[in-house]
Amino acid sequence: MASVPSRPAETFEAPRSGNAVLGKSAVVKGQILSREDVTIDGEVEGTIEMQEHRLTIGPNGKVRASVKAREVIVLGTLHGNVETGDRLDIRKEAKMVGDIRTARIVIEDGAYFKGNVDIVRAEVPKSASHAASSPRPPAASPAAAATSPAMAAGVGEHKR
Amino acid sequence: MVDRPGLTLLDLAGASQSTVSFVTNYGHRIYSDDLLFQMDRCFGGEGDFYENQSDPEKVEQFLATALDYPAQHFDGALVWDALEFLSPPLLETVVRRLHNMLRPGAYLLALFHSEERAETIPTYSYRIADRKTITLAPKGRRRPAQYFNNRSLEKLFQDFESVKFFLTRDHLREVIVRR
Repeated sequence: MASVPSRPAETFEAPRSGNAVLGKSAVVKGQILSREDVTIDGEVEGTIEMQEHRLTIGPNGKVRASVKAREVIVLGTLHGNVETGDRLDIRKEAKMVGDIRTARIVIEDGAYFKGNVDIVRAEVPKSASHAASSPRPPAASPAAAATSPAMAAGVGEHKR
Repeated sequence: MVDRPGLTLLDLAGASQSTVSFVTNYGHRIYSDDLLFQMDRCFGGEGDFYENQSDPEKVEQFLATALDYPAQHFDGALVWDALEFLSPPLLETVVRRLHNMLRPGAYLLALFHSEERAETIPTYSYRIADRKTITLAPKGRRRPAQYFNNRSLEKLFQDFESVKFFLTRDHLREVIVRR
């Protein structure tokens, strides 16, 4: 899995202008198709598609939908299957139930996740594949260490 | 794991970045859930945690939300120490479910504390760091439902093909069971 820099949960930023925002009091039932990034802090039930863009489910967001997006960041609650072309980021305090198909995934400590993780690896260009012809990496990626604060915080080690 | 990519593994310790990365880096699928969290959700709250495990309604809810998987769906199950916190009747039901969920030849890993007189035992969030290292993030202490010795563990997993025990550090008995 490719390395993904960690980002603490507190870094939830207000969406930049140009992004669509569904605020805390918004309730939507149906299909959302978007050609720009979307932030949901309200409730959504249905399907969400934004293949080339980022979906952020804010801390107050409650989404019950199947999601297809380039990138998904979950800070609130998401029930449904997720497919991302790039990455899925499940932040601390987030709750996610559903199956995932993604190229990269980040799960922060404290997040609750129930479901299947299926990593879909991007096709490696031929020139790059020659350089990277070593066998499958035997250990967790650097991203794992970078995004698991508890591992670095003096947890016990049980060597077998 | 190295020679057979495409396996489907069940991890009941709760999703962690390191375990997900470790498993998926080998080309396997991982299904994550937190069995202790599900137990607390169904049997915690009012009343005794273990007495609540004999309430048919709560048991049904627990089995439906935490262990409702198709038959022979998984090639391996990481159960860690969760079985220690199930009362005997429910424990038998859960082990039968696990047996049903695993494919023939699949392996199950469970951990049991080996301190016979301990009133409470430490619980951990278990994460696979690499091929030789498991990291344990403490999650407090709990009263176990019962003490297990080798004989009782053999009886518990009697429907499985084989049961192997390893005594590890930290008073833990590691049990590897083959379906």
